[in-house]
Amino acid sequence: MVPFNLLVASCLLYVILLFLVAFWAERQAQRGRVKWLRSPLVYTLSLSIYCTAWTFYGAVGYAARSGLEFVTIYLGPTLVLIGWWWVLRKLVRIGRTQRVTSIADLISSRFGKSNLLGVIVTLICVVAATPYIALQLQSVTLSFNVFAGPVPEGWAMRDSNSTAFWVAAGLTLFTILFGTRNLDANERHNGVVTAIALEAVVKLVALLAVGVFTVWIVASGPADILSRIEASEISDWQMQPGRWAGLTFLAGAAILTLPRMFQVMVVENADERHMATASWAFPLYLFAMSLFVVPIAVVGLAVLPEGSNPDLFVLTLPLAFDQGGLAMLAFLGGFSSATSMVIVEAIALATMVSNHIVMPLWLRFRTGGARGAGDVRGLVLNARRLSIAGVLALGYGYFALSGGSSALAAIGLISFVGVAQILPAMLGGLFWRGATRVGAAAGLLTGFAIWLYVLFLPSFGAGELFGAELMLQGPLGIGWLRPQALFGITGIDPLLHALFWSLSLNTALFCGVSLLTFPGPMERLQGVAFVNVFDHSGPTRGWSRGGAEAEDLLAMAQGILGADEAQGFFQAQAAAQGKAGFLPDTTPEFFAALERRLAGSVGAATAHAMIAQFAAGAAVSVQDLMAVANEAQQIMEYSSQLEAKSEELARTARALSEANEKLQALSVQKDAFLSQISHELRTPMTSIRAFSEILMEGGLEGPDQARYAEIIHDETIRLTRLLDDLLDLSVLENGRVQLNVQVANLHDLIDRALQAAGQTRVERRFVIHRDLPAEHMPIFTDTDRLVQVFINLISNARKYCDAARPELTIKVRRRGGQIEVDFIDNGSGIPAGSQSLVFEKFARLTDTTRAGGAGLGLAICREIMANLGGTITYVPGQGGAAFRVALPARRQREAA
Amino acid sequence: MDKRVLLIEDEPNIIEAIRFILARDGWAVATHSDGETALTAIRASVPDVLVLDVMLPGRSGFDILADLRADPGLQALPVLMLTAKGQGGARGAAEQAGADRFLTKPFANAEVLATVRELAGL
Repeated sequence: MVPFNLLVASCLLYVILLFLVAFWAERQAQRGRVKWLRSPLVYTLSLSIYCTAWTFYGAVGYAARSGLEFVTIYLGPTLVLIGWWWVLRKLVRIGRTQRVTSIADLISSRFGKSNLLGVIVTLICVVAATPYIALQLQSVTLSFNVFAGPVPEGWAMRDSNSTAFWVAAGLTLFTILFGTRNLDANERHNGVVTAIALEAVVKLVALLAVGVFTVWIVASGPADILSRIEASEISDWQMQPGRWAGLTFLAGAAILTLPRMFQVMVVENADERHMATASWAFPLYLFAMSLFVVPIAVVGLAVLPEGSNPDLFVLTLPLAFDQGGLAMLAFLGGFSSATSMVIVEAIALATMVSNHIVMPLWLRFRTGGARGAGDVRGLVLNARRLSIAGVLALGYGYFALSGGSSALAAIGLISFVGVAQILPAMLGGLFWRGATRVGAAAGLLTGFAIWLYVLFLPSFGAGELFGAELMLQGPLGIGWLRPQALFGITGIDPLLHALFWSLSLNTALFCGVSLLTFPGPMERLQGVAFVNVFDHSGPTRGWSRGGAEAEDLLAMAQGILGADEAQGFFQAQAAAQGKAGFLPDTTPEFFAALERRLAGSVGAATAHAMIAQFAAGAAVSVQDLMAVANEAQQIMEYSSQLEAKSEELARTARALSEANEKLQALSVQKDAFLSQISHELRTPMTSIRAFSEILMEGGLEGPDQARYAEIIHDETIRLTRLLDDLLDLSVLENGRVQLNVQVANLHDLIDRALQAAGQTRVERRFVIHRDLPAEHMPIFTDTDRLVQVFINLISNARKYCDAARPELTIKVRRRGGQIEVDFIDNGSGIPAGSQSLVFEKFARLTDTTRAGGAGLGLAICREIMANLGGTITYVPGQGGAAFRVALPARRQREAA
Repeated sequence: MDKRVLLIEDEPNIIEAIRFILARDGWAVATHSDGETALTAIRASVPDVLVLDVMLPGRSGFDILADLRADPGLQALPVLMLTAKGQGGARGAAEQAGADRFLTKPFANAEVLATVRELAGL
């Protein structure tokens, strides 16, 4: 017998191990070492969350009660995976091209990004999953009780409740920690997936160990087992073809529609080719899991005392032979099965709830919608955390209320039937372009309602929610509405009865209503994108060129993706268009790409609604519909080739015209350069000449004389500074500058710059925001030159920031070997048209000579940064003028 | 002699210098340093002579001059233009815009004084 405390301790140790593995995997992923974290092996193992505690413990019980019928639960998924080429491959491809975040998102996105459908599917999933989660909590509790020994006294129940409570609380913590690290559901949860792969190994090893023990230690080898099976009542079991086919179908449907399976199979999929491996490896895993089920059941029935719970044979058999260590391993296997299921299920459901319920509500009730929304990542992540806690609380509540009733044993299949209601809309959406949003909604709601009425609510047991009378006579005595004999057809197994009626009426309404209604333009577009996903994976168009400013879009995207992500994405998009900088043209292609990127974080419907608030002419254009209508494959191929070419041309043309524009602007500036220099030299010269003539004439009073002399003095200094700047610039431009490279603390450099720049417009009170801890990092460069750049940026902010209460934020961060320092003020910033010119010589945006400089400051900064091996850029969309200085922490010696 | 001159220029030290030179000669000197509102200032105090800089914040001296010449009330106002850009083109542009005289910075004080007096018909 294993001491109970030892059990709890090993349980805790195991959980700590999982934490460490998840943490380690996240760290590896952060460092870019994802190679084997993202291997087909890990993918296959993660699929094994299909095997929950219900299959780990329950399969033996199932076999003890109904013979080989338990095989159906493994047979359905096996068939689906072997036939992966037809359905799964398409599902995964669509999941990747459309950046689908959940099964609710898939349905919503397919049917015109309808949020209504997202909400319906989310509800179905939550309702169906709650008892299933409760079942996992119960299995952990039951297995604990096996070890706790025979204490049937009054406190046992309360104790098992508290076991379930602590398990639920621990799982909530784990899931929140590793399931909500980043927003983009398409950015995979490396920690969670790796921990789950480990758990998959543990449960397989545990079950195999118990099986080997049973066959070779308890019995005397395979021959003995075969004769024992022959002798047991299991061999009397007769196959019922109807139930066999129905359950196989149901399990096959479940692996496609269970939220957690969709999560690991589609959302977390890193590479389509992994499916090819999983298509044979996962059935193999299932085979190994089921190999010893019958032997354990037969031996358990024969050896253990009459009335032992066959659901717990996996534990009680080793215990009966005093194999404490083996029982412990079996316990951890069951524990693994339960926890991995709950973790992934909670992540999947939380994504749905936050994307389809919380975000749309927020968008609707927030005045101003998505515009200027600021950082919403915190909101979404918190919504997800709360949803995770909510889902687990529901599961625990169900467990506590149902009191661990025996009805829970059937709950796995009941959940399967619930989520299977999504199947018609899913398959119809993948293969039938005529399927419509209204049809899908009608089918889903019908199936869901029937499932609730004939299977879910009666499952609480007679006399609980439905009185015995209602079950026997029907509601209000209407006989053909009896929950287990709809339309007066009796004598079918209740589960098959429910499966048949809910799915057939669901499918009939889905098809019928789809035929009667017309899909809207967006539904048509999405329909083609889904059904013909392999024919042309090109982006679907949904937007015409809008009046939206790329800068506004960037500000919004930053709120969802985070500043780095969003800026990186915009920069890449601009580069693809042949443009430099952060702001791409707002072409329809760009809108579509941005929408897909956002959909990866907040779901298709919400992303679409957010973009719609920016893009003018959100409607689908006639051209887009023509493209849809045009079916002739040849024309399609030809035109897509042409399109590729013309896109290439357009890109080149854009790059050329941008270069040309810049050259023209530069040539105008070159012309202006001489006259600018002339102007800058002549202005101080004028004062000097005029006042020196006045002084020469004499006859002035003392104070006047002194003042005029001072003016002459100041103006000569101004002249000298201008000449210094010009010389500095010319040295820097020719790359003949001598760098004095040394090591320094970046914090000290910023301090020096702030102090020096404080001399500019001393009368302005500036609030400076700094992140002091982040600033302490060593930097190896020409520190005087870097400080010169900092001073320039800070004094520019002091001069030009036009806010009533000027503020300057200095952000420091290290990315790879790069150090980035951002200087962001809260003024009105630099207009988009001038952003590419500010770094040119004499490009003063206003004519005020009063600002003091000659308009050479930023040009010098740019040259300094180039000499230091870094860059200085203007970052749009930061709510003010924002400059980013980036340089390598250690200056690279360029090859001489 | 109680002649008034209006100086439109944005460089404080140059304003100070010209004011000193003219005031010493007995002129009443008013100044204005913004291009955008210059026209209003001219209309408010129609001076005997206008000294107008070319590079002004808000609006260039050429534009202001063009508006002056289009206004019947101010058509005849004598104007001396100042410019710091010593390029040949500037003189032509100033004459075309209707400037009566044109001086390049830096100038000789005596030259400014002589030109202003001449424009005032003294």
